[in-house]
Amino acid sequence: MIRGRDVEKRYGRKRVLRGVDIAVPVGGFAVVTGPNGSGKTTLLRLVAGLATPTRGDLLVDADRSRIGYLAHEPLVYRELTAVENLDLFGRLYRIPERRERIGMLLERFSLWDVRNERVSTYSRGMTQRLALCRTVLHAPDLLILDEPYSALDEDGAALLDRELEALAGRQTVVVATHEPARVEALQSERLALA
Amino acid sequence: MMYLADVVALTRKDLRVELRGRDTLPAMLLFVLSTLVVFHFAIPEDAGDNAAYGLLWVAIVFTALLGLARAWVPEQEHGVLDGLVLAPCDRSAIWLGKALATFVFLLAAQVVALPAFVLFFEPLDATAIAGVLLADVGICAVGSLLSAMAAAGRARELLLPLLFLPLAIPLIVGGVGAAVSEEGGRFLLFLLLYDAVFAVLSWASFEYVVTE
Amino acid sequence: MGLALVLALIVAPEDADQGISQRIFYIHVPIALTAYFCFGLGALKALLLLWRGDERYDLESYVAIHQGTIFGALTLITGAIWAKASWGVWWTWSSNQLVLFLVLFLFYCAYFMLRFSLEDGPRRARSSAVYALFGVALIPVSFLAIRLAEDFIHPTVFTREGPQMSGSMFATFVVSWGAVTLLAYLLYRVELAGKRLDADLRELREALQ
Repeated sequence: MIRGRDVEKRYGRKRVLRGVDIAVPVGGFAVVTGPNGSGKTTLLRLVAGLATPTRGDLLVDADRSRIGYLAHEPLVYRELTAVENLDLFGRLYRIPERRERIGMLLERFSLWDVRNERVSTYSRGMTQRLALCRTVLHAPDLLILDEPYSALDEDGAALLDRELEALAGRQTVVVATHEPARVEALQSERLALA
Repeated sequence: MMYLADVVALTRKDLRVELRGRDTLPAMLLFVLSTLVVFHFAIPEDAGDNAAYGLLWVAIVFTALLGLARAWVPEQEHGVLDGLVLAPCDRSAIWLGKALATFVFLLAAQVVALPAFVLFFEPLDATAIAGVLLADVGICAVGSLLSAMAAAGRARELLLPLLFLPLAIPLIVGGVGAAVSEEGGRFLLFLLLYDAVFAVLSWASFEYVVTE
Repeated sequence: MGLALVLALIVAPEDADQGISQRIFYIHVPIALTAYFCFGLGALKALLLLWRGDERYDLESYVAIHQGTIFGALTLITGAIWAKASWGVWWTWSSNQLVLFLVLFLFYCAYFMLRFSLEDGPRRARSSAVYALFGVALIPVSFLAIRLAEDFIHPTVFTREGPQMSGSMFATFVVSWGAVTLLAYLLYRVELAGKRLDADLRELREALQ
């Protein structure tokens, strides 16, 4: 699913990633670790297609409609409600039976009660849960999660654990995290960035 | 067509965000009216009737700049722009949706500004108004792209006017000419040419501005 | 370059009622043409950057536009000297060429503001490239606009002297043009080499850390 060789990413003079090799099979669960500034986010952005490598080869066997990306930022509009946000992304991702799927996801992530409130009123944990909804809205084949646990509260974290367990093996997952122990049971490959 | 559906969804989103936030449009309205009043005091008595048209266009351009400067702010909060870029839709649809929404706001400001102008200064004929509409297209097309460019950097409020004004000069010529000249039609055609050239350029190059 | 200067200032037959201004012409017009050429080159490199994705084109585009802006400024300065010598004023709106250059000068100055404002990287390279392309589109559109604006701006029209060049005058002009172009090319190569050296040094330093 993902194959990268000698991947390098430079922003002007700054070399953020150098000489990275990555191989994740279909259905694999890759955990990316490394200290702050080691380029985890950059690598995930490259895999997601938000940036292209300066040097090296990177092949990702999924187009934009099959990729779900959870970033550091929630990537949702503050002034819109949860429903409106998901409806917009639902349209852009051409999801069939949009309304049902949105309702189902909101319920699963315990956001049903606040679905018509603006995101600006949400707590950080709630916003992150909405971001998770957005990420899995279109049932992607490749899930890319950048430190998903960092902004989640306890309930949210438990929800995510359940989600990942359900997905592992069926979808391909790449997770960057500071707490590799949490997903240790599921992981199939490990990539440590210096 | 899916492309159009994407654009409509994006434009509606922008309109909704503005309606909720309610800060850009009222500011534009107030700004354009204040500017017109300032012009009354700024034009000397013997300047001639046509000077007012020039000032109208200055007011329009700077009001547009006000709106354009804030055009991408909703996308910058919470990093939403990345979310849009990730979506399978064409990246140019993001630009088109934003340009259309900006056009609506500019039009809304002008619905107030133009009658005020006629009231305070000089009459406007059909050619003049057509000139305003055509120039609006150019302003929103180019402005939306430049605003996205500037948004990625520091001092974005300072940068946008610098980038925009040289490109706005032909639009001002077109607009004033349409209002003032006897051969207004020529100027309308010119505005059409500008719109065609720069809208296509903006449409085609937006993708490169938002990806790395 | 020196040869062209000599030719222009001494050897070229003096136009009886023009004097200095005719000589400036030999420098002013080639400089203007060179500026256009540099902007065009910058846009071409920009297009290559966007199309091929090779970031080496970014520096080439930037240097070309930098040269173009310098020559643009020189165009305005020599144009002002010409205006003073011909008509007694430092600036006139009746010369479409000069007005066009003023607009372009502002546009390309903003190009540098854009580059200063963005951080080094693909984002800056691409945005600069797009802006450079807008620049060359602006050249003909602006020219048209300025022509149209004559309709209602009504400047005091000075008779523009259309140089009917005799043989030796034409030769001088061509030599001058060649010299200016050569100068621009040399400056371009020098600046490009210098900037590349800078970048390579920095990369080396980074790699050693």
